[in-house]
Amino acid sequence: MVPTMNESISYFIQQVINGLTVGSTYALIAIGYTMVYGIIGMINFAHGEIYMLGTYITFIVIAGLTLLGIESLPFILIAALIISMMVAGAYGFTIERVAYRPVRSSKRLIALISAIGMSIFLQNYMRLAQGSRDLAQQSIISGSWSLGTDEISVNLAYMQLIIFVITLICMVLLTLFISRSRVGRACRACSQDAGMTNLLGINTNHMIAATFVIGAMLAAVAGVLLGLYYGVVNPMIGFIAGLKAFTAAVLGGIGSIPGAVLGGLILGTAETMTGAYFSAQYKDVVAFSLLCLILLFRPSGLLGKPEVEKI
Amino acid sequence: MLLLEDIHTHYGAVHALKGVSLNVKKGEIVTLIGANGAGKSTLMMTICGDPQASQGRVIFQGEDITQKPTNKIMRNGLSVVPEGRHVFTGMTVEENLAMGAYFQSKEVKEQQEERVLNLFPRLKERFHQRAGTMSGGEQQMLAIGRGLMDEPELLLLDEPSLGLAPLIISQIFEIIQQLRETGTTIFLVEQNALKALAIADRGYVLEHGELVLQDTGQNLLANEDVKKAYLGG
Repeated sequence: MVPTMNESISYFIQQVINGLTVGSTYALIAIGYTMVYGIIGMINFAHGEIYMLGTYITFIVIAGLTLLGIESLPFILIAALIISMMVAGAYGFTIERVAYRPVRSSKRLIALISAIGMSIFLQNYMRLAQGSRDLAQQSIISGSWSLGTDEISVNLAYMQLIIFVITLICMVLLTLFISRSRVGRACRACSQDAGMTNLLGINTNHMIAATFVIGAMLAAVAGVLLGLYYGVVNPMIGFIAGLKAFTAAVLGGIGSIPGAVLGGLILGTAETMTGAYFSAQYKDVVAFSLLCLILLFRPSGLLGKPEVEKI
Repeated sequence: MLLLEDIHTHYGAVHALKGVSLNVKKGEIVTLIGANGAGKSTLMMTICGDPQASQGRVIFQGEDITQKPTNKIMRNGLSVVPEGRHVFTGMTVEENLAMGAYFQSKEVKEQQEERVLNLFPRLKERFHQRAGTMSGGEQQMLAIGRGLMDEPELLLLDEPSLGLAPLIISQIFEIIQQLRETGTTIFLVEQNALKALAIADRGYVLEHGELVLQDTGQNLLANEDVKKAYLGG
């Protein structure tokens, strides 16, 4: 049966909503890539693993609280967010100390290999700790709103709304931190001119560590949200999510935070559209084709601009 | 106030400074002149601990700072305005100045900000503008202003006249003199030897990593060798 015009429109809008949901979590992860790149010029390939960790912690927190008989959804959600952000922050800090700081002044290839090594280590450490099979978690937040008129109607799941709201809160807080706070300003200064920041008496190592911690916390938020949304986790999910978020960061312009957000949203929408109109199996093809295209035709990304230095 | 004893600095295999000893006393303007590549900037950066001296001692206010990390050195009464200004181009004038007073209390920060803006009224006009959009002269003023935000005892200035129009250079040198009058000691590295010696109490001449002359600013201005080498005859 051929769908009617209204059904087609509804379907389209529904896919946009779904795409933006996934996209906003990509954006959260992509911010970590872009911030770390901005401050030390390296890609943190272990970043996707932090997201995976965030999802595991969510499942553990849910299981733990359920055992204790706590069933209040807001409490579980907030507890999962806080605990996974704290743990992920500690991991981000440690990763920087162990895998980056010792090799920061060496060649870029060495730092890259160190990052990939850290990524493989975290994947396998999770396999040992939690097993390599998929863990599933019944969705604790279900139900949805029907929006629109009789002709055109779409569903907005509660979980989707939660993802939008929490992502938005994170972005607002991050923006305020970066633009207004003293440490945020020093992080920006450090990414613009680390040598000069050091000459002002500021310990650039602290700023780099702060960047890793903030990036890891945002990835953990994405882990919590996607964990609740999909309800599945295995030790390898960080790899593909990391690549996607990396693509989003490059798409928007690596080093640019608004770029990472835009890139994430575009990538999420493009993927979902591919799944909806062609085949879900082509989702990744589209995502990485986008990466190739942007690298070929606009290597600085959508919002990134080549630095112009004034003499 | 600042004492360098037999400083040697290596940049990889390059022996950039070969036993430099000099001193700067409180309230002085001391200048270091020399040709391109003589090691002037290396000397300046060695004081800041980046790179560290491979031999010899740097003593600031009685304390040996030779082996201290740069960020620790720069927190106690020492500020540098490096060659090429290095303002944070993506940040506003206000933010750049705030970075200069990172460890200061809010009161000191506001007080210093007012002082800097009075010294450089142009920065007041550009207060909310991004540093990268300003002219070279304005950026230099900002770099000096940022250096002053920390209330330094000693201000290190590396080539503040580099690439600027003559009128702006004169303004900057006037301000350097004003700074001394308000109690800031100044160590000035310059290629513009004429201007630098004219305002300096004392001067040193650096050639190939070694000091070859030292005297008062006036005497160096009158010195035949200096005239020939650095003042265009």
